[in-house]
Amino acid sequence: MVPTNYYLILSAILFGLGVLAFVFKRNIITLFMAIELMLNAVNLAFVAFSQALGKPDGEVFVLFVIVVAAAEAAVGLGIIILTARNRRSLNVEHVDLLKL
Amino acid sequence: MISGVLVIFFVLAGLAVLGAVSLILQSHPIHSALSLILVMVSLAGLYLLMGAEFIAAVQIIVYGGAVMVLFIFVIMLLNAGVEERTNFSKMATFGGVPLALALGCIIAVAIARSSGRLPAPAADGAMSSTRGLSNLLFSEFVYPFELTSFLILVAILGAIVLAQREN
Amino acid sequence: MSEILAKYGFLIVPIVKVAILVFVVLTLDAYLTWLERKVIAHIQARWGPHRVGPHGLLQPLADGIKFILKEDPMPTGVDKKAYFFAPFLTLMLALTSLSVIPFGPDITIFGYTTNFGIADVNISLLVLFAITALGVYGIALAGWGSNNKYSLLGGLRSSAQMISYELALTLSVVGVLLIAGDFSLKHIVEKQAGDLGLLSWNIIGFSKDHGSFTQIIGCICFFIAAIAETNRVPFDLPEAESELVAGFHTEYASMKFAMFFIGEYTSMIAVSSLFAILFFGGWLSPFPASWTMTHYLPSIIFIPLGLWVIYDGIRYETILGRVILPGLGAVFTVIGFALFLFSPVNEAIQGPFWFFAKVGFVLFFYIWMRGTLPRFRYDQLMDFGWKFLLPVSIANVVLTSAVIMWRMK
Repeated sequence: MVPTNYYLILSAILFGLGVLAFVFKRNIITLFMAIELMLNAVNLAFVAFSQALGKPDGEVFVLFVIVVAAAEAAVGLGIIILTARNRRSLNVEHVDLLKL
Repeated sequence: MISGVLVIFFVLAGLAVLGAVSLILQSHPIHSALSLILVMVSLAGLYLLMGAEFIAAVQIIVYGGAVMVLFIFVIMLLNAGVEERTNFSKMATFGGVPLALALGCIIAVAIARSSGRLPAPAADGAMSSTRGLSNLLFSEFVYPFELTSFLILVAILGAIVLAQREN
Repeated sequence: MSEILAKYGFLIVPIVKVAILVFVVLTLDAYLTWLERKVIAHIQARWGPHRVGPHGLLQPLADGIKFILKEDPMPTGVDKKAYFFAPFLTLMLALTSLSVIPFGPDITIFGYTTNFGIADVNISLLVLFAITALGVYGIALAGWGSNNKYSLLGGLRSSAQMISYELALTLSVVGVLLIAGDFSLKHIVEKQAGDLGLLSWNIIGFSKDHGSFTQIIGCICFFIAAIAETNRVPFDLPEAESELVAGFHTEYASMKFAMFFIGEYTSMIAVSSLFAILFFGGWLSPFPASWTMTHYLPSIIFIPLGLWVIYDGIRYETILGRVILPGLGAVFTVIGFALFLFSPVNEAIQGPFWFFAKVGFVLFFYIWMRGTLPRFRYDQLMDFGWKFLLPVSIANVVLTSAVIMWRMK
């Protein structure tokens, strides 16, 4: 059996890589994908704990996280399409009308 | 002697980390999307390894087969090109990377220290994962379940309204 | 032999099964293209291929050689990762979907009992849906990767069509799942094995303990959605030959096109097998199990078939035909007599025989529809998927669960 630790360390690594991608990338869509990566890392931790404790509660929560992420992706991509049409660019540094 | 399960775990984990690193390093958003699909499929493999077979299937069908298809559609629709090279701010390089590494070390140390106190993985449950999951979903969590269906309806309406052209 | 199997069987047997399955499926694909061309030709009042070999039977061989030897151009400006990955992905997914389909009941060879498919997972239906969901990428990436407007349009249209009909596909199967109580395809077939033969299949759904309900609405919805999923007529707008040049596979030549081609026919075979398993009882005979005389039906079919092929071949025009066809007929006759004489082989062959008979009938129906029906327009297609098929599938779920709950009281 694989110890639960290994899954948690993998989850932490994936989450960290998601944060790195979020900080260093400029394209709005890639930023959004980094958010999805972070959500996936958290799902992995949930399922690992669900297996460790022997209860299916963690899996139910993963189901809810997946559903909410799908809804968020739909609305978020709609907003991205509008922003790209308005600012004519997909670079997040060009969305700066509220900057001082 | 390394057991087969451990080998499969390292292969899948390696693929997932490879996909995540590739997400950061690729220049075109479509290649980043393909790397993210690789991450999701290898995570589904890991869920299967842990015995959560329904979640593995739902991950591939919903995340890999619907959400990422949506991403790819939007990238194709907006004709996203290769990312431009911008200079990272000094703050990000000199402040951000050490802080991120420090965060990583803190989490790793915390996990390593608690390794003795986590419960060992339980033996394969008598009830199959799908049955246990559905029992719980429709008895204890039925209210959040109905709320998520309402949430999806609102998201559909929102997406339709947002993506309309003004005519 | 049985000691080797008992010790190393878990390693040898799957490899042997995979080798047999890949060989059988690729041959079946090749001759499915032959059958399609012949049937459509006869529907359109002309002969199909009939020059290459007797009755055109060597045409797939000629096509295969053509694909291998033809030039494989690559247009400039293609996105190399997407362009090369797409046909490989389509073929890989199509072949993987065949690994969880059970072609017959458990068989025992030399004392080693094994499943008649390759993998016996308890979520085989979900695995098939997951593979269908990933199949969208092959087409979307092919459309994007070729540096071509028509390919992009074809790819996007096809992806939108596939994800629309995927919902109806999965929902129309929920009725069957309610009856069977399990995702495993083997259990779904075993649940249809009442002693009433044809009548206890899910499409008619009589059963002694009243746990079953006719799934005819689900069957029709599944079939329509499956045709849309495999991009066949009347839903083949993505590869519409008269409208979009060739849709998403315009810029693919020889070997890569062959991969798309084989992938499409293999996914047709997989979907037909799924249809046969879910609604028509899989490997179960339409006659009740107590009528043991019907076990001789394969022999009764093979022997006259073999004799007819010999009779046709003796008077054929070309010399090659006069050699091959009687040989083929002799093989069929020998198989028929062997089944008649050796009873253990006959018992083992019952399951797969009925399974392939049903799959063959569904494939013939697919080809028949291609020769007969016109094509949907894109907006009609999307309307039909979302406004008609999805509500009808949901209504089927509600109706089936209401009937089962009412009967459970």
